[in-house]
Amino acid sequence: MTPSTTEIILRPSAEDHRVARHAAAAIVLTVAEAAIPLPLPGVKPGLANIIVLVVLARWGWREAAWVALLRVLVSSLLLGQFLAPGFFLSLAGSVASLTVLGLAMHLPGRAFGPVSQSVLAAFAHIGGQLLVARAWLVPHDGVFYLVPVFALAATLFGLVNGLMAARLLQETSAPTAQQAGV
Amino acid sequence: MNLRPSALRQWLGAWAAYLKVGDLLVLAIALVACGLSAVTLWQGGRPDRAVIKSGGRVFAEVDLTVPRILEVPGPLGATRIEIQPGRARVAADPGPRQYCVRQGWLSSAGAVAICAPNQVSLALSGRNADYDSLNY
Repeated sequence: MTPSTTEIILRPSAEDHRVARHAAAAIVLTVAEAAIPLPLPGVKPGLANIIVLVVLARWGWREAAWVALLRVLVSSLLLGQFLAPGFFLSLAGSVASLTVLGLAMHLPGRAFGPVSQSVLAAFAHIGGQLLVARAWLVPHDGVFYLVPVFALAATLFGLVNGLMAARLLQETSAPTAQQAGV
Repeated sequence: MNLRPSALRQWLGAWAAYLKVGDLLVLAIALVACGLSAVTLWQGGRPDRAVIKSGGRVFAEVDLTVPRILEVPGPLGATRIEIQPGRARVAADPGPRQYCVRQGWLSSAGAVAICAPNQVSLALSGRNADYDSLNY
């Protein structure tokens, strides 16, 4: 058969497969987490960030950014939040935390592990969300009244997520990492 | 997970093994940030000034930092107002019913004590008051 001149063939690379696999894991965690009742809007564990941290440590910032942003996009579609305020808050948080992760990954690895990156990213996440919320959704300084609650949640969940990422990285160290990632 | 104390300690120790020195530093800074933000953002009701009026005119505006006593003249005599760091009260008033004196110490922004017979009022104001006016 003669190959069609208009047909477009996409050949996903190994990197594409990895990104898709990790993003899928992150999306599952986000959707599962959405079922947990939360005491306060905005305070959630952010389990998907465990995947982002693992990808960052193992495959670099570019892939971590792909996974994080795909996670935001697809989970918002699945949860019916696409282009809703929650989507933009989530996006702002992800962009901010990816920026901070890009800087934090250069901290000396001897002293700073995934927990540091996780806590810093969690703070960046609430920071980005609060700025968007203040500028757009609640144009009043009253939003900052909740900062201490968010900061405490970021510390706690940052620690827990960081520990889980550290453990995942250790348990899936070198040999298996080359095959499948996580 | 086993809930005996030794098992719990072992479990916590296994997780703590993933913490590095810098991680502890970051966690400490994060906790300090939590505390600082709570202290700075949640002190809304704290007053910083007292406004004393006599006969409808501002008699004095004082900072609630140094303790002092003011004698405010009115039609019935002098009302004595006592200022202390962070609070103020009407210590004595020549009025017949003593409502403003019995209100005691005022310590939140927006609180007001009014000695109507002597036409003297004491009001506390703060940068981010929880209330515009607060009376008892």
